[in-house]
Amino acid sequence: MNDNAGNRQPSRWTQKLSEARQTLVAVFLVLAVMVVLEPRLLAAAIAGFLLVAGVAALARSSRWPTGKNQGLQGTSADTKELLPARLLADALDDPMVIFDREMDIVFANKAAILAFGELTPGMALPLKFRAPEMVELVARVIRDGRASLQEYHERVPIERWYQVSAAAVDRAGGLFLLAFSDRGELRRIEKMRSDFIANASHELRTPLASISGFIETLGGPARNDPAAQKKFLVIMKAQTDRMARLIDDLLSLSRLEMKPYSRPDKLVDIRDIVSGVVRSLENLATEQGISVEEHYPDGRLEVPGDRDELIQVFENLLSNAYKYAQSGKRVVVSIERRKSDGADAIAVSIQDFGQGIPREHIPRITERFYRVDVETSRVQKGTGLGLSIVKHILTRHRGKLLVESEVGKGSTFTVVLPERGDLT
Amino acid sequence: MNRGSHMVRAFDEDLRFLSSKIATMGGHAERMVSDAVRALVNSDAGLAESVIAADAVLDDAERDIDDKAVLIIARRQPMAQDLREIIGAIRISADLERVGDLGKNIAKRASAVADKSQPVRLYRGLEALADLALAQLKEVLDAYASRSVDRLVYVRDRDEQIDVMYTSMFRELLTYMMEDPRNITACTHLLFCAKNIERIGDHATNIAETIFYISTGKQMPLERPKDDEANAVIVDQPE
Repeated sequence: MNDNAGNRQPSRWTQKLSEARQTLVAVFLVLAVMVVLEPRLLAAAIAGFLLVAGVAALARSSRWPTGKNQGLQGTSADTKELLPARLLADALDDPMVIFDREMDIVFANKAAILAFGELTPGMALPLKFRAPEMVELVARVIRDGRASLQEYHERVPIERWYQVSAAAVDRAGGLFLLAFSDRGELRRIEKMRSDFIANASHELRTPLASISGFIETLGGPARNDPAAQKKFLVIMKAQTDRMARLIDDLLSLSRLEMKPYSRPDKLVDIRDIVSGVVRSLENLATEQGISVEEHYPDGRLEVPGDRDELIQVFENLLSNAYKYAQSGKRVVVSIERRKSDGADAIAVSIQDFGQGIPREHIPRITERFYRVDVETSRVQKGTGLGLSIVKHILTRHRGKLLVESEVGKGSTFTVVLPERGDLT
Repeated sequence: MNRGSHMVRAFDEDLRFLSSKIATMGGHAERMVSDAVRALVNSDAGLAESVIAADAVLDDAERDIDDKAVLIIARRQPMAQDLREIIGAIRISADLERVGDLGKNIAKRASAVADKSQPVRLYRGLEALADLALAQLKEVLDAYASRSVDRLVYVRDRDEQIDVMYTSMFRELLTYMMEDPRNITACTHLLFCAKNIERIGDHATNIAETIFYISTGKQMPLERPKDDEANAVIVDQPE
């Protein structure tokens, strides 16, 4: 930096940026190459660049005090000037992690923390990203300056796929960047297709076989028997209805699976939703001869959630209670506040007094097409997918489904939804 | 971890070596279990072979950790947190090595089950069980990275879910065997696989207890916080 510049009193920011210019030019080139190769990473690249600019400027001023006047001035001003870069990184949807030569995390943006949980500065990166190919990727970028991974797959708690690009952003200062871009949609479509075929072909075969059997009979032995024809047509209608329901449910499950790993952030009123669902299903309750009791507490009962999806959760649970526990004649719907895993939560319980679910079935009832009693399910026009859908929606909401049941006494399905939006 | 707090820098590096080895082992163990189950479900003999081969990595890493830990104790005579850190690493590596063995065992059975196709539902149950165990393993290994003990107490709850699920699988497999004796061979293999997965959950619980001990110096309380119903099945895992 020459004296002229000093006389013109440039802002501390520009001063530092120009000191770090070699670094920034290098970083810019690296990121430019990345963007050329992979246009989808543009946003991540820009944010990464700005962030590194900030970090580099800070690193310069703190590590190599050049005797110029800014060396001794407080770091609080620096932190303030860093803020926009961090804010930008935080505003990004794609997870991004910056780490140093020791493989310790220096910074992780909000998207990264949301996606992967706790990522505090100083934490060793390989402890968190343990998959062998990730460890290798990190080692490679430290050695070669850049590397990428076509697919990073996490199976639990929610299946996710990322493409990961790694680049040295400041090799002198030893800073490296990991940028994740979501590849989930592609893989989910693929998986959805194969799942759909597997499930649909299996489940649709039965009604289809029955329909084709009746068609044969109608064309053959029953050709001149109007009474039998009428009877068969009714059965065939029931079978096609069943296929339609099945396809509806499969589609709605697939749609849910397609949704990216995102947690709803709008607040919705649970009491509103639950009482609305009870109203909308009044007909079914009357039809089955069931009286419904409702117990709601006062005060705010809001959780972050997707209104339509939560309506579907309670519709499925409540209609199950009406259909499968009609012998109890009574269903109790109640809402209460409680602690779940140490956090504030709202619990909605739907209690019936029907025949209950045998213990060995309880862990399995949310599996697709798992039916406790195939015959009852068929009579009640179940598809075997209702609770799968419930579970899927609740997983997206970081909620839980608790099932308590005793044979002969009834079952209680409790939905627990965390009140706070932040990830634990 | 309180890294960089020792007078002797080399000591910090020793401890770092241990935790990074644990991370490697953890990553491999997680991968082996999920690949083994995938190999079993898809009858993928190639994948099963690679899982079996990968077990050597875990065995080597466990030996490395043991050797290093003994060396550190002899040389530096660590106390308190440091000592717990080292003892903990030995214990966790032993658990992870066992997890690897169980994964390998599942992979070995993949070929035995492959020649006869079994009902899809059996595999679905097994996958769900494996996901529970993997989620638990991931949670404890993440806790090892962050050293946050507050969620560890809930790991036992999950272990209960795994047990209940295992019992359900057991009954289902028995039913299949009774229906048709020709199912017995394959179902017995699947039963052992389910048992192995259940054991993996137990090892994850052990690791949780060790991490609690490293961080606090105390044993994990047996009484869990009573804010969830005891007698309920908690469904919070995606398929």
